[in-house]
Amino acid sequence: MTNTAEMSIAKAINAGIQKQMQKDSKVLVFGEDVAELGGVFRVTEGLLAEFGNQKVFNSPIAESGIVGTAIGLAMRGYKPIAEIQFEGFVYPAFDQIVSQLAKLTNRSEGHLSMPVVIRIPYGGGIGAVEHHSESPEAYFAHTPGLRVISPSNPNDAYWMIQQAIESNDPVIFFEPKRRYWLKGTVNLDTPPATMHQAKVLREGTQVTLVSYGPMVVTALQAADLATAEGISLEVIDLRSISPIDFPTILNSVRKTGRLVIASEASTSYSVASEVAARVAELAFYSLEAPVLRVGSFDVPYPPAKLEELFLPDADRILEAVDRSLAY
Amino acid sequence: MTTSAGRVPQVQMLSPDGVFEVPSEYAHYGKYIEKLTLDDFLKFYRDMARIRRFDNECTALQRQGQMGLWVPAVGQEAAQIGSGYAVGKNDHMFPSYREHGVAITHGIDLMSIIKMMRGVNHGGWNPEETRFHLYAIVLGTQVLHAAGYAMGVNFDGNVGTGDPEVDQAVITYFGDGATAEGDVSEALLFAAVNKSPLVFFCQNNQWAISSPVSAQTVVPLYLRGEGFGVPGIQVDGNDVLACYAVTAKHMDDARNGLGPSLIEALTYRVGAHTTSDDPSKYRPQEETDYWIARDPITRFEKFLRRQGVGDEFFQEVAQAGDDLATQIREATFAMPNPPLENIFKHVYTDPHPLVQEQQAWLENYESSFEEDSK
Repeated sequence: MTNTAEMSIAKAINAGIQKQMQKDSKVLVFGEDVAELGGVFRVTEGLLAEFGNQKVFNSPIAESGIVGTAIGLAMRGYKPIAEIQFEGFVYPAFDQIVSQLAKLTNRSEGHLSMPVVIRIPYGGGIGAVEHHSESPEAYFAHTPGLRVISPSNPNDAYWMIQQAIESNDPVIFFEPKRRYWLKGTVNLDTPPATMHQAKVLREGTQVTLVSYGPMVVTALQAADLATAEGISLEVIDLRSISPIDFPTILNSVRKTGRLVIASEASTSYSVASEVAARVAELAFYSLEAPVLRVGSFDVPYPPAKLEELFLPDADRILEAVDRSLAY
Repeated sequence: MTTSAGRVPQVQMLSPDGVFEVPSEYAHYGKYIEKLTLDDFLKFYRDMARIRRFDNECTALQRQGQMGLWVPAVGQEAAQIGSGYAVGKNDHMFPSYREHGVAITHGIDLMSIIKMMRGVNHGGWNPEETRFHLYAIVLGTQVLHAAGYAMGVNFDGNVGTGDPEVDQAVITYFGDGATAEGDVSEALLFAAVNKSPLVFFCQNNQWAISSPVSAQTVVPLYLRGEGFGVPGIQVDGNDVLACYAVTAKHMDDARNGLGPSLIEALTYRVGAHTTSDDPSKYRPQEETDYWIARDPITRFEKFLRRQGVGDEFFQEVAQAGDDLATQIREATFAMPNPPLENIFKHVYTDPHPLVQEQQAWLENYESSFEEDSK
């Protein structure tokens, strides 16, 4: 019989980290407010009590320092999980991430591995002040040497954080913050897929709808609404932003002939753009319509009272689906 | 110009004339020299002369197109050899990109530095094996890596046991220019709050490319750590014995659990920042001449001659330098270009589909030309 548990995404990440820390004494958790408080989203709650202050500790409020020391600890043989409190605070660490963390294996010609996980809550929809709602994943996906993943549900969250910790390469783990409290069933025995596999969440025939992270819930809502209108959407959750599992996307597009990609990020130069370009290159003769991207606008994230207009919702996704079908 | 020497307390043991004397207030440093033998002194000299000769040969090789760039460390030999020999066999070093002298004190193959500057790789030596970590080109970044590493040394219980086989310290090298980087300040803070076994070794060579140290700081750099809780000391960076003694003492303190400290070695970048630089555009020759007259190798030669070391030794060292130059010249000429696969080979530790796909594409593309030429 399969062991399962109902938990939120936040709790699932917590449970995944806990499991890895029980298995591997080299795993460390640090960042701002991760110890007694358990992080501002309580994702690391309880870890200090179980593993002590040499394994779970607060860092000074210095993001470059958090990532830079994570690199040094990895050189020492540790497996650091560094938390960046909000995605808007990651930029002081950008140099350490893109010029150091991502390049040290290459610089050392393979003598060094960098098994570092950087956890970053991202995305909007929580009514926050500036710098607490952005989707900067493309910056990191554009950086060779990094792996970038984002779960959309508790089961993936539980397993993907563990796969990230077990990876020998640096993993940027984007957590869909407005979905932290989304509950679901976690299979405690078997992972749903490998770290970089995309998953078809709903089979359909007319349009492929690719999404990831916080937008997956919205994509599934759109698929429900479409079903009510007699339109069949195939919903794919990328799960991995870099590398992208193109075989899964291409299989679907070759079947449906149409592709819409939805994410919260500003549309231009985005992960969605990369999916669109590659599908156009690799499945051109299967396409019945141009590939369409549904994202947010190419402007700074607006004040909270305007974010509903800024972020794509199920209706905006369906508007694109309609355009695709009408082509 | 160049006058912070003398205005602040500075540890000096060798006068410019090579007279050895330890001021009583620095007796705690002086005792480290008492443990040295004449053989150690000869080793210091040999390595300073060797790295100087290597350095000059590398500039020549760059001028002949054999390297994309050379980063001379001429003038800084005492700071590097002295501190390098104070690093113990279990300690780790996190250099910037001008630490060729430190490298040879721990057996780094000099060709691996040439390889990097020639554009064959980005470093490539094994930091775990050598304990001399890779050169860091983005200023100050390595200082944070050292801080993280030193945190790990503490977590592992390799501090303060009193067992020299167990206790470890970490030293990180950076220049006066890098002190302006936030990463250096953050590293001072992380090391202080974690009481890490870390020695910050700042070679103040007084120029960050064309910016004088006065553009980087208004307070002497040895004081930079004070506000973070990292005590500092300035040492005469052209005095190899003082550099050795001060570093040895602070590494001992770090190993013994006394926490981090900062050493400012006041020296001078006699050469250009790199072979792409032209110091005549921004600093007077008289300033450089002033420091050439205070050359660390000449000063140590005077000391050795006072100890009775004769011409034969210095001739032998000069000959060894010329032999080394010939050897590295030949090895540089013979160095093969890296294979295509090196572009892709170590981007990740675990397999990566995109990298594999692009490598296959390039191999196929390149091989299409081979077929064409048949």
